[in-house]
Amino acid sequence: MPRVVVTGLGTVSALGPDTASFWRALVAGESGIGPLDGELAGKTSVAVGAQARGYDPFQHFDVKHLDLLDRFSQFALLAAREAARDAGLRFDGERGERTAVVMGTGVAGKTTEDEAFRQLYGHDQKRFSPFIIPRTMANAATSQITMDLGITGPSFTVSTACSSANHAIGLALGMVRSGLVEAALAGGSEAPFSLGLMRGWEGVRVLAPDTCRPFSRDRKGLVLGEGGAVVVLEAEERARARGARIYGEVAGFGMSSDAGHITQPSESGAVRAMEAALRDAGMSLEEVGYINAHGTGTLANDITETQAIHRVFGPHAARLAVSSTKSLHGHALGAAGALELVATLLALREGLLPPTANFLGPGEGCDLDYVPLQAREARVGAALSNSFAFGGLNAVLCVRRWE
Amino acid sequence: MDSNLVQKVIEIIAKTQHLDAARITLDSSFEELGIDSLDGVNILFAMENEFDIVIPDEAAKEIRNVRHTVEGVAKLLDAKASGAGG
Repeated sequence: MPRVVVTGLGTVSALGPDTASFWRALVAGESGIGPLDGELAGKTSVAVGAQARGYDPFQHFDVKHLDLLDRFSQFALLAAREAARDAGLRFDGERGERTAVVMGTGVAGKTTEDEAFRQLYGHDQKRFSPFIIPRTMANAATSQITMDLGITGPSFTVSTACSSANHAIGLALGMVRSGLVEAALAGGSEAPFSLGLMRGWEGVRVLAPDTCRPFSRDRKGLVLGEGGAVVVLEAEERARARGARIYGEVAGFGMSSDAGHITQPSESGAVRAMEAALRDAGMSLEEVGYINAHGTGTLANDITETQAIHRVFGPHAARLAVSSTKSLHGHALGAAGALELVATLLALREGLLPPTANFLGPGEGCDLDYVPLQAREARVGAALSNSFAFGGLNAVLCVRRWE
Repeated sequence: MDSNLVQKVIEIIAKTQHLDAARITLDSSFEELGIDSLDGVNILFAMENEFDIVIPDEAAKEIRNVRHTVEGVAKLLDAKASGAGG
């Protein structure tokens, strides 16, 4: 089975328009969380979010193209363009046919849909633009990437709420390993800041009113984020042959289903996904030095995830660094796993672990090393990146440092 | 042909297509303006909104240039006027 490496990164988030700004803010511990912007401010009890504040779509797309691009597709396109550029790849001819695009999203074009339905139900609008359907469909972002870059290989979208991006990347990993394709652009994107969705999240009562403090005492819940991230996965042999820069190896992927509760996390589900990822990578527990946690900042997730890490790693858990970068880029739902994989790859490559921001001291039942507040220099050989979705669908990626 | 209507139709096409209205004449085809089938449907959507008419799906398939659009809209506006009068 060929090894699969990452040769390109692309990121758009509350921390900035590209991967360089993302990484700079992560290691500086500068959170992108702030009061919700004008349109949403004060409309619901949702007070804060990690929004891409300086983002101006007109800087990146012409007006006609934007007619067809919901915000979640815009983020996906920008991340994919950056990743392809970073990898130094073009997709003419056969190279395009031997490349896949697999993207995750939780809510896809619901921001567009929300506005259209407001016009329908609120103002009895008699007709809709023909662009509503192609903007809102879940595969819109994946399709736009294939069109933009000329990628003609097997492409599709997966949707598993907060695990979407990890599932997408894991499936793309399998496609490259099997030889179905030589390379894949994989990741996720999300743009969840619509009034309807804010009202929905308000109803779940899991959002923090102040900020996101994973694993911390006085943590009050998660903070939603938006953005997109894409990685270029490539068969090692081809990457070496063309002299590509290699960020790291995606060495394993593990999935599980809780078959429990639609929102409550499950320790055993998380354990089985982490164990499956390690098994798939053929990795010993001792090799792992860092976990980019799911770490949402909710009461339930952080205790359950801590217990699950103990169960998987036993005594070695005490030697692990575990941080949640959601404290910095927010919980970007279907994009989360992709943003966090970029963070994890760069952490291993740079020997610098991004911190858990806003940490006030360990919460009850949270007794691991969460890399509080400040980035830490550490030479780490391998890491896990966890995603545990609403609906109990878990997806864990296992990453190895590239020597 | 009502020149005000022609002008209005051209303005709507220009706006929805993000084109300079000066580029569009009564004899322009959608093809030469770079208007694909989905854009064409979007133009009909804009016409329906602007003139408060309903363009039947069958008629919509025939509309491939500016002249067709103006003629189609004129016919529906006439029908609307006589409907309202009767």
